[in-house]
Amino acid sequence: MQEHTIAWKGPGLTRIPFALYSDAATARAEQQRIFRGPTWNYLCLEAELPEGGSFRTTFVGETPVVVVKDDDGEVYAFENRCAHRGALIALERSGKAESFQCVYHAWSYNRQGDLTGVAFEKGVKGQGGMPPQFCKEEHGPRKLRIAVFCGLVFGSFDDEVPPIDEYLGPQICERIERVLHKPVEVIGRFTQALPNNWKLYVENVKDSYHASLLHLFFTTFEINRLSQKGGVIVDESGGHHVSFSMIDPAAADASYKEQGLRSDTENYRLKDPSLLAGFAEYDDGITLQILSVFPGFILQQIQNCLAVRQVLPKGLDRSELNWTYLGYADDTPEQRTVRLKQANLVGPAGFISMEDGAVGGFVQRGIAGARELDAVVEMGGDGAASGEGRATEASVRGFWKAYRARMEA
Amino acid sequence: MAVDLLAIAAFNAAYAHAIDSEALEQWPGFFTARCHYRITHVENEREGLPAGIVYADSRAMLEDRIAALREANIYERHRYRHLLGLPLVDSASADGAVARTPFMVARIMHTGQAELFATGAYRDRFVVEQGRLLLAERVAVCDSTVTDTLMALPL
Repeated sequence: MQEHTIAWKGPGLTRIPFALYSDAATARAEQQRIFRGPTWNYLCLEAELPEGGSFRTTFVGETPVVVVKDDDGEVYAFENRCAHRGALIALERSGKAESFQCVYHAWSYNRQGDLTGVAFEKGVKGQGGMPPQFCKEEHGPRKLRIAVFCGLVFGSFDDEVPPIDEYLGPQICERIERVLHKPVEVIGRFTQALPNNWKLYVENVKDSYHASLLHLFFTTFEINRLSQKGGVIVDESGGHHVSFSMIDPAAADASYKEQGLRSDTENYRLKDPSLLAGFAEYDDGITLQILSVFPGFILQQIQNCLAVRQVLPKGLDRSELNWTYLGYADDTPEQRTVRLKQANLVGPAGFISMEDGAVGGFVQRGIAGARELDAVVEMGGDGAASGEGRATEASVRGFWKAYRARMEA
Repeated sequence: MAVDLLAIAAFNAAYAHAIDSEALEQWPGFFTARCHYRITHVENEREGLPAGIVYADSRAMLEDRIAALREANIYERHRYRHLLGLPLVDSASADGAVARTPFMVARIMHTGQAELFATGAYRDRFVVEQGRLLLAERVAVCDSTVTDTLMALPL
């Protein structure tokens, strides 16, 4: 690829050039080849579009997008960009609309993204107006293909993208269905500004190796330890993954003590343990499941704390993480309270994920002046295959496998 | 005691001073044993969405949060500077008060950088217990829907 200036040292997945996290040409190519390429990008939940006219504005990569339900019950999405001068069409984050009109020159669009009206198209008093051959059908914001899977609305700018279930693969489909098997309700939304390139956050999500080393909360309260029963699933493309584990007090072992890790302390206990008091939600015993879909979607089950996350690039060294916390529509009040309390684990003040928000910034600052050097991603070998152990960077390598394929790098 | 504007303003000044002077162990003592503390933002409030960035329903949970900051969580050293406006007292009696107080909070990082970190308003319910004014409920409603990567200290 012409504008590609980053030198990968060989075809493997264990050496990641630091330049990838701060290179402007790479960021432009990512917009084209990944976000606007043959990928499915998470847009919103179908539950957030309850009726005809309900809309939300979001992004695919850096591109602003409107997602809207029409009266036919179908979801449509199109670029949030007026075909005339390029102004945003919808300014609000969400709402209900009969149709959309750009405030600049009052060009209007229906809910499916068709240009339906041009103000003074025939001119005023015989003067001005659009040329007679101007055809509204030929002008309109670019439309996205839409796929709804288990209530998750995905969009793609690419006509060649495979159907969603094929894109996800059977194992990822099954693990999404496991969590989104009944109607959900949004219980809160938060956006976290991250001081790092979007890829550093995606890598962190896929990095099952760090979780119980960085996060004392995970380890000490035995929410997630590498010694617990669980595994990592990496799909064939490499781009999607599931990391899962189950709390099993009977399986407590001494492997952390032997390492003398900061994250394992015996003295630290909660005064109000109701924070972690949950209930058995799924009959497979899995108490933690983090699932990602390439490029930037995450579905989270940490005990009873359910959320979807959307990672969006906001410049070379900035990104935004949109959290949508979920409950099930049939939650009892007690179950809902458990979810609200366990939400303390995640987000910008999360007992666990406070650190995830910060470490990306530590890397971004740490790699300044090191464009010619590489990250070492060799834990658990050099492959990107599924496995039972989680002391591995297999799913991080999977991300780079999918990334290199899409970027032809 | 008389719960009035001055009493609430003095309470808030002491509350902000405890956080800004890094006397974090004092912070839970501003609340009743059963209490509600939550950090959220205007959009969630407008839509009635109950989740918080921080969500606690007991003083013990607030104590746990400070203990986590001291012992468990990893974060770069920083401090806050709270600037609190005058409370808008919705109602007050000898037993308590309902009030709203606007806040601006600057964050001062160990690197020397100071920046505006959060603005918003506390939505408060005060009660008097054994002659002391305490918070039964404080919801910090931030104006911005975007929160910087780290919100370690309480607002």
